[in-house]
Amino acid sequence: MAKNLNIVGKPFRKVDARAKCVGQTKFADDIVLPRMLFCKLLRSHVAHALIKSIDVSKALALPGVFAVVTGKDFPIPYGILPVSQDEHALCVDKVRFIGDPVAAVAAIDEDVAFDAMNLIEVEYEPLNTISTIEEAVLIDEPRIHDYGDGGNIHKKVSLEFGNLEEGFAEADLVREDTFFYEGNTHLPMEQHAAVAHFDSDGKITLWSSTQTPHYVHRALAKVLGLPASHIRVIATPNGGGFGGKSDPFNHEVVVCKLSMITGRPVKVTLTREEVFYCHRGRHPVLMHVKTGVKKDGAITAMHFQSYLDGGAYGSYGVASTFYTGALQTVTYNVPRYKFQGIRTFTNKPPCGPKRGHGTPQPRYALEVQLDKIAEQLQLDPVEIRRQHLVAPNSVTANYLRIGSMGLGACIDKVVEGSNWKERFSWDQSNRKLPFGKGIGVACSSYICGAGLPIYWNNMPQSGVQLRLDRQGGVCVMCGSTDIGQGSDSILAYIVAEVLGIDPFDIRVVTADTDLTPVDLGSYSSRVTLMTGNAAIQAAERARELLVMAVAEKLGVPIENLSLSERRVFDVENPEVGVSFAEAIVLAESKFGTIGTVGSYTPPRSPGKFKGAGVGPSPAYSYSAAVAEVDVDPDTGIVVVERVWIAHDIGRSINPMLVIGQVEGSVYMGLGEILMEEMVYRENRNVVHKFPSLLEYKSPTTMEMCDVKTYLIEDPDPNGPYGAKEVGQGPLLPVPPAVANAVYNAVGVRIDEVPITPEKVLRALKDKSRGRDGRYGPDSVPPVAWPEPLKVLTPAEGGDGSEMPRVAVHS
Amino acid sequence: MPLHSKKHIHFTLNGEHTEVAFAPHKTLLEVLREDLNLTGTKHGCELGECGTCAVLVDGRSILSCLMLGLDAEGREVKTIEGMADGAELHPLQQTFADLGAAQCGYCSPGFLLVAEELLKKSPNPSRAEIQEALSGNLCRCTGYIKIYEAVELAAARMRGEEMELPKESVYGLD
Repeated sequence: MAKNLNIVGKPFRKVDARAKCVGQTKFADDIVLPRMLFCKLLRSHVAHALIKSIDVSKALALPGVFAVVTGKDFPIPYGILPVSQDEHALCVDKVRFIGDPVAAVAAIDEDVAFDAMNLIEVEYEPLNTISTIEEAVLIDEPRIHDYGDGGNIHKKVSLEFGNLEEGFAEADLVREDTFFYEGNTHLPMEQHAAVAHFDSDGKITLWSSTQTPHYVHRALAKVLGLPASHIRVIATPNGGGFGGKSDPFNHEVVVCKLSMITGRPVKVTLTREEVFYCHRGRHPVLMHVKTGVKKDGAITAMHFQSYLDGGAYGSYGVASTFYTGALQTVTYNVPRYKFQGIRTFTNKPPCGPKRGHGTPQPRYALEVQLDKIAEQLQLDPVEIRRQHLVAPNSVTANYLRIGSMGLGACIDKVVEGSNWKERFSWDQSNRKLPFGKGIGVACSSYICGAGLPIYWNNMPQSGVQLRLDRQGGVCVMCGSTDIGQGSDSILAYIVAEVLGIDPFDIRVVTADTDLTPVDLGSYSSRVTLMTGNAAIQAAERARELLVMAVAEKLGVPIENLSLSERRVFDVENPEVGVSFAEAIVLAESKFGTIGTVGSYTPPRSPGKFKGAGVGPSPAYSYSAAVAEVDVDPDTGIVVVERVWIAHDIGRSINPMLVIGQVEGSVYMGLGEILMEEMVYRENRNVVHKFPSLLEYKSPTTMEMCDVKTYLIEDPDPNGPYGAKEVGQGPLLPVPPAVANAVYNAVGVRIDEVPITPEKVLRALKDKSRGRDGRYGPDSVPPVAWPEPLKVLTPAEGGDGSEMPRVAVHS
Repeated sequence: MPLHSKKHIHFTLNGEHTEVAFAPHKTLLEVLREDLNLTGTKHGCELGECGTCAVLVDGRSILSCLMLGLDAEGREVKTIEGMADGAELHPLQQTFADLGAAQCGYCSPGFLLVAEELLKKSPNPSRAEIQEALSGNLCRCTGYIKIYEAVELAAARMRGEEMELPKESVYGLD
């Protein structure tokens, strides 16, 4: 990697950018096939009920209707995680939330399909609903699912790393706080859509707006009863994903089945309201945090408990639960750590992975609590963080291997940029900023891909195939899915860098299970690191073939040959060389058709205990943010004026795209902390309050703040050219930085996300009456936690295995 | 099957005389996408809430999901497919592509047409004017900042001015 980089680090436009600006990009709903039918799903209007009967006869009799299917047509369950195969394409015997689909129609056009849908008669026998975390913990019957950890508990986790009691005994201060982070949703601008075509040779193709074509492929093979080799899934460019298109969805399975029945292509496009019901968004999480610190702010022990409202299905929930407890240890040194998590089932749209997957909630709790600790100890909130960072190239108490670690540099940048030292003070009577203005700081870290795949196996997580043709063309094929983050472009930049050509010379074919090698999908911030490494390997193998052929032709030693500016030439005598296209002709003449492959498998993680599968990553990105807010004490309205954010990217493959991801992450974090919430009417029906873009508030141009971005480039040995992730991590510090700034501005703690004007006013009123001026939860429900699985930390001489369970005598 | 006898209209679409027949209840959005195969115009809600389906009608941005196709009779409609001058991209299309203002690209057609309308009225808009003009369009990817920068750069180019993008927009602050 010593050579100068020609492509990496330069702000090229994306390879597909122009098509997107002229209306040529074909999203799923833009696909129109001859004889195509339209599908509508009938969704439950009750939150929890047994299905007594479904009568489809009137719908089937409507002219223009070609097929109607119900749960009987889909006996086989599926789900994204092997441990949560709890979904049916259409409900079989019961519905679990308002929006759960029970029947589907294929008709000549959308209007007829809609009319037919309304002619389907479903008789329900209502069941009591479970609508909150507390209810799910306390009420065992009726059960929403008949699996899990008892009653309406989906999953309980209890892990303990090191001797907690010793840690708390050493502490000078032990603080306990309770927080709540409300759920919110991805809200991609493109509604989910899919087109299925079952052809006369018995093969089916599904075009879908999905982030994970590989997992949709798996689910279809399971449910449709076709060999996987007869199923082709093509992910169309996603009009935004953010995690919301990462599960296999009902509508994807249904259109396949309808196409198999009718022999015609079938399309479905969800309405915006239906997208709210698909959800899989941020879990509402109630959290209790107990942290012990020394006087200088060094953490001695942390006990973190999270209570997740999972909604009606499993989705990624088991992973989400572990993620609410996994990454607390990768920013500041936490020598002893205990995590207990519980995920509940409720009669609401299922929650799943949204940008930051399970980590923004605990990060908010941790960073706000750290702010409170800093005030109690009268330490600068910057210093309490800066002084206790985890060391690079270390292993945390919960066995996560840290590689490069640029958080210190990130903190320094935002402190300097925001003029922190001149503007921050704990002393309310001697403020540096006027009352109502405040600044706050927070830090975070995120994974660059999960160390373990969803289905544990020994195969690569990412594969890239290159084809070089005698006209000089290079085609890169990879299963990765561009959801707008630019993953197609990253492949082109990296291959162009290795082969010395222009990124726009390259044709990129992605996300097609027939044409491209498997890449697991666009989730867990894995794509640049994993496809990038696979692309480097494939391109270096191609380069090797080219230089061998050219060396022979020119009589120049192989090691003297360089590839750049579309030429292969002798570095000592640059006039001696051939064009890139000629080099391919020489290689093809010598070796035959030129094609290479590359693959990537993450390094093994040191953790061996049960539960060690969530958290390990080839590398961790780091972010620090300072937020500046203006709080109106009369209205409670919080305006975020500016965010300074520094992100440790390792190395930018394309800095302009990196900044775009940072700005987009700040935007989404801002929406979460100020306004976005997925909430339901407070009655037994669990009706979504506002499944529309108008009423589900998200930031417009008028609410978006100014963003000052710093990129920290400290290449990580595991990243392609040293690159780490940026798509998710920079969201994480934004909510707590804003919450801490609100406290700095008006002296009230809002321990519940989002920070709405009502909550600020309530807290201010509380404070004016001499109370503590805090808004947030006070308690957690009583949970019978299982005996924790105990693991000695590396510092205690542990080897990453769990300790044998022994009877405790007291 | 309910029979919708089709209605026939004439209008100017992207500078070309166009005739089309469609069921009378269809919105302009549906007519463009389904009857004229111009799928560049997108939909985000079909309730007039997100700005994604914006097109220009007689030079003014409207939400095509809220306008009946029949109301296009005799009018001049411009969609994203008509924004470039032949193979030459509109300056806004160039800067949106070059600066990363289009991430997933789904909202981009709406933003581009509303921005074009803005620059016709106000060739040198302030950042606040741009924010106000684009406030009816939602974007979930960019945080809007790259969009503002693309509008500003295109505006400068259209005024014939040289403009360098601030280095911090591309590489971050030092």
